[in-house]
Amino acid sequence: MLKFDNIFKWFCFGCAALAGLLMLGFFIQLAAAGSEAWRTFGLGFVTSARWNPAEQQFGALPAITGTLATTAIALVIALPLAFAAALFLTEAPPVVGGVLGHAVDLLAAIPSVIYGMWGLFVLAPLMQEHVQPFLADTLGLGGLSFIGTEYNGFGLLTAGLILALMILPYICAVMRDVFIMTPAVLRESAYGIGCTRYEVTIDIVMRYGIRGILGGVFIGLGRALGETMAVLFVIGNVTSMPENLFDSATTIAATLANNFAEADGLERSALFALGLVLLAMSFGIQAAAQYYLHLTGARRGEKC
Amino acid sequence: MKQANAKSVSRIMAAAAMLLAAGCSEDRPTVAINGAGASFPAPVYQNWTHAYSQGNPGIRINYLSLGSGAGLNQINAGTIDFAGSDSPLTLEEQQAAGLRQFPMLTGGVVVIVNLPEVENLALKLDRAALADIFLGNITRWNDPRLRSLNPELKLPDLAITVVRRADASGTSFIFTDYLAKISPEWERRVGRGASVDWPVGIGGQKNPGVCNNVARIKGAIGYTEYTYAAEAKLAMAQLENRAGKFVKPTMTSFSAGVAAADWKNAPGFHMILTDQPGETTWPITGVTYILFRTDCDAQTKANLFKYFNWCFATGATAARKLNYVPIPEEVVAIIQNEVFK
Repeated sequence: MLKFDNIFKWFCFGCAALAGLLMLGFFIQLAAAGSEAWRTFGLGFVTSARWNPAEQQFGALPAITGTLATTAIALVIALPLAFAAALFLTEAPPVVGGVLGHAVDLLAAIPSVIYGMWGLFVLAPLMQEHVQPFLADTLGLGGLSFIGTEYNGFGLLTAGLILALMILPYICAVMRDVFIMTPAVLRESAYGIGCTRYEVTIDIVMRYGIRGILGGVFIGLGRALGETMAVLFVIGNVTSMPENLFDSATTIAATLANNFAEADGLERSALFALGLVLLAMSFGIQAAAQYYLHLTGARRGEKC
Repeated sequence: MKQANAKSVSRIMAAAAMLLAAGCSEDRPTVAINGAGASFPAPVYQNWTHAYSQGNPGIRINYLSLGSGAGLNQINAGTIDFAGSDSPLTLEEQQAAGLRQFPMLTGGVVVIVNLPEVENLALKLDRAALADIFLGNITRWNDPRLRSLNPELKLPDLAITVVRRADASGTSFIFTDYLAKISPEWERRVGRGASVDWPVGIGGQKNPGVCNNVARIKGAIGYTEYTYAAEAKLAMAQLENRAGKFVKPTMTSFSAGVAAADWKNAPGFHMILTDQPGETTWPITGVTYILFRTDCDAQTKANLFKYFNWCFATGATAARKLNYVPIPEEVVAIIQNEVFK
């Protein structure tokens, strides 16, 4: 009996350790395969904006900028929407909330390549013919240097929009789960002293669920950073520094997907180095998120 | 109930065993020959592999359209039996890599546009205008130079969006080689290659991706292999050839571009067919090559040569139907004498 227990224990330990080992393996493998690029360019690899395979010049700055910019756009658009949706789903009558909640969850089940195709065939022409002319010409925002007057439907803004739709269900689900956990006694006492539904939502549910909001942000960040297929279709795949929201650009994941099959030598090594940068970014954000949630969680627990 | 279940299970198993036995006795074990690479000739190669496998049940040829660069990487790694590539290797490069290269097909690269109210083959672009559009010197469709080239067209006040390949591509090599030949500024600033530092434009995935992007963006211009453009029903442009004549992309103009090639004096079949002379010549034709490893085993080699001989003899008809120009017969004879021995 004892023997079987031991075997089972070690088997479970192995499974648990596998995840950590894999993570470590990824870092080591990416660092080793990218070592030629790191040796050649040093830290200049992440600060140089020139990516030119013909001249064997590889700088990651445009891809890093594109990754951060699309992620930021996605968060700015998705956060308020997800927040409002989550609040409604917690407060709505169970039947309505249930149906709409499942609909939001189903949004998360759509494969990213479908989002990409939809982006290419529907969203990009829509952006070129209606949204971008409206923003640039009708509202006159084209004069702002970060918006731009030249547009073709592709670029940072379109990619950011697609990403926003993709991360919305994840953020919404996390927020909803946290909002639902607001103790009924708190809400009922607020209603009891004459608070309106708006006041209860803002002052009680949102305060209580601030962790959920941050958790949702981090979940969304992690997903948006590494998204490949959906972005690939609409970002434009241009390895130079984007100058405004309408500009075509590239992301780290899109650069990898575009070039990996064909690359050899220094370019291949540079792509591995790029992969390491992406892994480090995702890892850093997740680690920071866990740490932050841990800190605030503990503090909140003491207070309550 | 339990018994009935057990009975039906055993019945299914028996049926499966019978099927399996039937499958084995019907034909000999299939030999698979795997190829991968250029997407430029892929429509023909896929047609061929299907037709050949039907006539030769013992053998199955596969071709994956991954791009020329990927094909070369895989043949170098030894994971495939033959590679398709549009950017030729020199004889020295072939020898250094232990590869053998020969031409399989020639075809035309065309310029595609998406302009409202502009019909297929209506737009004319001369050499300087084509280069200046891809250099970013001409940025709008109502540019005076484009209007004077096309007085009969209503060219709109629309930004030009250049669409090019995002991945390394043999089609890009053919196209940039042509631009480098017709424009000193292109040669100096950009050069030729499977992937270059494009001055302007957005990138699409392989030939179909470029077609998709051009089809979606109003005011877009791109380049692709003829069959892809024809299948996507995109408007193609007339181009000015070396003789100063505007020509339409047709089988005749492609053939004229291929006919002038001097294959006898091309060591290792290294040949670039852009900007060939002739009044009716389409200016951007390209050769697509097959590469195989010189150290592959005798049986694989025999299978490969048998298949490629079939391609030259029987496959040529299908190739013509898809608007590719087969290699001339005397060149096929040279290949058979020098390579397939």
